[in-house]
Amino acid sequence: MQKSATLLDFAIKYGFLALMAGLVIFFSVTAEGFMSPFSAVFILQSVAITGILALGVTSTLVVDGFDLSIGAVATSALMLSAYVMVVWELSAFWAVALSLTMGAMVGAVNGVLVVKFKVPDLLATLGMMFLLLGAQRIPTEGRSVSTGMALPDGTIANGTFSESFLMLGRYRIADLVPLSVVFLIAAAVLIWVFLELTRHGRLMYAIGSNAQAASLAGTNVNRYKILAYMISGTMAALGGVLLAARLGRGDVASGNNLLLDAVAAALIGFAVLGAGKPNAFGTAIGALFVGILLQGLTMLNAPYYTQDFIKGAVLVVALVFTFALSGRTGRGKA
Amino acid sequence: MSEQAIRLEGLQKAFGKNRVLRGIDMQIPRGKVTVLMGANGAGKSTLVKVLCGVHRADGGKVMLGDTLFAPETPSEALRSGVVTVHQNINDGVVPDLDVTSNLLLDTLASGGSTFLNRAQMRAKAHEIAANVGLEIDVTLPVAGLSLADRQLVAIARAMAHDPQVLILDEPTSSLSAAETKRLFEMVERLRDQGVAILYISHRMSDIRRLADRILSMRDGQIVQQFEDKPLDYEGAVRAMLGHEITEVDIRIPTPGKPVLELRDLVLQEGAAPFSIEARENEVIAVAGLVGSGKSALASVLFGLTQAKSGEIMLDGQPHRPRSAADAIAAGVYMCPKDRLVNAVVKDFDITRNITLPFTKRHARGGGFLSFRSERAKAKHMIAEMGVVCQGAGDGILTLSGGNQQKVMVARWMAEASRVLILDEPFQGVDIQARRDIGHKIRETAHTRTTIVFVAELDEAIEVADRIMVMSEHSIVGDHRNENIDVAAIMAEVVHAADARSAAGF
Repeated sequence: MQKSATLLDFAIKYGFLALMAGLVIFFSVTAEGFMSPFSAVFILQSVAITGILALGVTSTLVVDGFDLSIGAVATSALMLSAYVMVVWELSAFWAVALSLTMGAMVGAVNGVLVVKFKVPDLLATLGMMFLLLGAQRIPTEGRSVSTGMALPDGTIANGTFSESFLMLGRYRIADLVPLSVVFLIAAAVLIWVFLELTRHGRLMYAIGSNAQAASLAGTNVNRYKILAYMISGTMAALGGVLLAARLGRGDVASGNNLLLDAVAAALIGFAVLGAGKPNAFGTAIGALFVGILLQGLTMLNAPYYTQDFIKGAVLVVALVFTFALSGRTGRGKA
Repeated sequence: MSEQAIRLEGLQKAFGKNRVLRGIDMQIPRGKVTVLMGANGAGKSTLVKVLCGVHRADGGKVMLGDTLFAPETPSEALRSGVVTVHQNINDGVVPDLDVTSNLLLDTLASGGSTFLNRAQMRAKAHEIAANVGLEIDVTLPVAGLSLADRQLVAIARAMAHDPQVLILDEPTSSLSAAETKRLFEMVERLRDQGVAILYISHRMSDIRRLADRILSMRDGQIVQQFEDKPLDYEGAVRAMLGHEITEVDIRIPTPGKPVLELRDLVLQEGAAPFSIEARENEVIAVAGLVGSGKSALASVLFGLTQAKSGEIMLDGQPHRPRSAADAIAAGVYMCPKDRLVNAVVKDFDITRNITLPFTKRHARGGGFLSFRSERAKAKHMIAEMGVVCQGAGDGILTLSGGNQQKVMVARWMAEASRVLILDEPFQGVDIQARRDIGHKIRETAHTRTTIVFVAELDEAIEVADRIMVMSEHSIVGDHRNENIDVAAIMAEVVHAADARSAAGF
């Protein structure tokens, strides 16, 4: 009895990492070229943007919130940075700075809607999502932003994406590691350090587990919740900027999948190391897991249209890991 | 048909190690109102939940008339004729539906034709409402009704089942005087129809008005029955609170300088102002029934609400906290009641639960936590409080209730305070943990003033230097804990409650 219990503990704690290791071994044997630096970098690059968004949504999950607007914030940042450079003809610095500020502001509005106006988090951020999806189309009358486009007032936009901006999405360190991957790793480390090692992160976890208790212990619950949404909005904007830099134009239709992929990565992260709760390390691993799986299957010539199905299956399995197997009093069970 | 509608014999129920019902023997006769009194944690709610099919008993039996009664679900209990109206009124109604649908809900839920005949339903609903004397437009949505009307709808709906036993669990707690009167009239009518009624309440005025007999419950047992008229109400309260004084040797130390002074404080519109002074090295217990204003006073001191008028001085300076954070910064700490709701962070281990309010003291520049400092503090507090655990990294929910409570008290004793408020610190803890916590409160009291809010008098006698009695949101008695006259304090607790009923509340 004792032994089987510890075996189960082991499975809960390391099951997901073991599964990932098994997957890597399986693909390296079956898919030629999977175990190469290029393939590794490709995987990282494919998950960099969703990973960054997922890290943001993790911070809202920590305070028992949720942010459905991240995908829309990312595409808004994409459109805004393009608009700043192409129409207003400002520098890359302004494109990045204004986009990140916009993300933080949207997060602040989300936070205020949730804590001051008591709108349930899912509804508030869903509303914000619609609002942004609409708002980003208004200045260009629904068209994509690119050099030479005609503006509503009849003039032609002459600005261009600056070289330094495009570097954010395209430059490779030592001709191998893209900058976006560096951003992902830096964001993961930053969010992890913030959540795990600082008192602010600790209080945010306390709020997520029992907000009433945190409040009676003197924590300013509202302020931390707003902060969480601001982190989420800023991360989403960063993801959008990187996407714009990679695409080189302000495409209205890009970034459709960002929300669902990011949320999936964050939820898969619950299962990593048996955490049973949102955590930055798990989120990064979750994003990586999805990346590895899709890359491997692609190299094995699995058709592209099976991708969403596979992501969904992974998510369901991870959720079972978190909630059924561990049987602990995780967030979802309480 | 026997005279007793329902008989309980040796009923037992435990949650883990916590034995909540320890052999309940009681009868509820037809055509009488049996009042059940008991302090918080006596097991009343558990008893009700067993009778209405939410929980199943571990031992003993219940006879309904001449048949064995062991409902597995609430609807089975309902069909058998045991009807319960819960404290939380909205449990009994669906606010979004109209009165008609609510009254016929059980019929709708149990099948029948798919399509509804509106007119027929309304007629039937009228009939059900009229049975309990409820005059109401049955087409109104329940959400638009007053609390009292909602409750009457819940009762009317329950009565449509022709119940043999009606259980009312603190039904007047949210009703006005006029609404209460209507409820009483209905209860009396049902009693006269021969329904056996079990009425659970703390309110002395309710009890005086309705009771034909009183059962006093304490620690999971019926400790005394009162049937002879006139009923001995004071005796019933005494039996419920428990008056045997546990052998505790309280030596009252010389108190130091005043720390907290309340001047003409008014907690609630219409409540009498009161003034108290709490000194260093003094432990004050504030006793009173549920709803007497203990929580209101604790909330004011801790900055959660503001007093209507009056002044609070802390070490000679005005104390007007606007939030818990303000109060904590001023050195006023509060260990709240209902630890699972208000205090325990379920996802955290013991260490993190202890350091929660004072993470700043364990953090370096940039807010980085020193895990070593936290761990050292937790280990120290675990040893101080005698928390039984494997280590400081144990999840808080792996501990027993008593040990969880020790951790919650340790949280606030971990740093020095000027005023330490403990709201019901002995709630849901075993006798050993209660002794340990009480002992530790006294042992550390010399650096601060300590105010303990308790529901039971013997808890107050165990822990305090001074015992104050609270009633009607005011302090009505102040006693040195020496040769204490339990009867006198009881009289304050009960008679003050009477004054309320005399005043028409």
